[in-house]
Amino acid sequence: MSATVIIINLATLACFILAFLKDRQKAIRGLAVAAKAFIRILPLVFIIIILIGLLLGFVPQALIARIIGEQAGFDGLLLVAFLGAILHIPSLISYPLAGSLLEGGASVTAVAAFITTLTMIGLLTLPLEIKELGKKMAFLRNGLSFIVALLIALLMGVIL
Amino acid sequence: MKGKKRAVFWRTFLRDTLFLVIVLAVAVVLLGFFPEKRVVVTRVSWKFFVELILILPAVMVLMGLFSVFISRETVVKYLGKTSGLKGFLLALFFGALPTGPLYVAFPLAAVLIQKGARRANIVIFLSAWACIKIPQEVVELQFLGLKFMAARLALITIFVILMGLIIERIINWTEQRPAPSKKADHSPDI
Repeated sequence: MSATVIIINLATLACFILAFLKDRQKAIRGLAVAAKAFIRILPLVFIIIILIGLLLGFVPQALIARIIGEQAGFDGLLLVAFLGAILHIPSLISYPLAGSLLEGGASVTAVAAFITTLTMIGLLTLPLEIKELGKKMAFLRNGLSFIVALLIALLMGVIL
Repeated sequence: MKGKKRAVFWRTFLRDTLFLVIVLAVAVVLLGFFPEKRVVVTRVSWKFFVELILILPAVMVLMGLFSVFISRETVVKYLGKTSGLKGFLLALFFGALPTGPLYVAFPLAAVLIQKGARRANIVIFLSAWACIKIPQEVVELQFLGLKFMAARLALITIFVILMGLIIERIINWTEQRPAPSKKADHSPDI
């Protein structure tokens, strides 16, 4: 078991004990919220792990590498950034997918672009964002996020 | 209200389950045609499943606890009228706390604008909410490693603050030219 797993579970346990000591009822309500969220995400968890298995099992590494690998051009980067912007994958299960792409031959830049646009930009939630914050703010935020995501991705490629 | 919420919960759950059945069927058919791929596909899927299931319950409990203990009022109280670097950091902090999906943050941001919070802080808050959430960072650490996670976190923090300042500039600049009464059009109605 990795250090991450141990630390996270211990930290969560500590948080729960603190919460329980502070307010018993609220802590239990928090657990109920957690259980519900867990049940809701479970089908998606199974979907994503099956897709990852198929992706790494069937799609040749050479193909992934050619489209979004180290040697791939700017087109591939734009493609994954765009996919990240329009797709609506809950962020928690998008990280295993990103990890599998990295394992399957994608570049750090491409994976960083995908993850960043996926989380920062929401086309599905754009109407709500416009309604609550106005067109100007919503378009500026989503538009600039796309550019920022590309910059972050390119810098990630340089750093790592 | 509560009944409606429950109906939505089950509807999405059933939709996702149906989708799962379809994906599973496709996988079974594919593996039926290509038996030589069975070992590698199940091994990969199992590996990712174990990695995910070891952290997901903890992440969910963290999110549940924070969503119960940190109320909207707390966020509004702290972000309503802070300024300067402290404002940026608080916006990052409250955005990053594990408390629910992005669509919950929009109405909250609208309230903050009404309370007179800086535009830059609103953008930072929303962006942090979208992509610096603590549960996300945990899962990123697990699947992409410490170096990847730390580098992206540092870059995002810098760029999100810059983006907040740029958007604030643009909005202030465009709103100065028309009559000040125009401003009322942008304030959201709740």
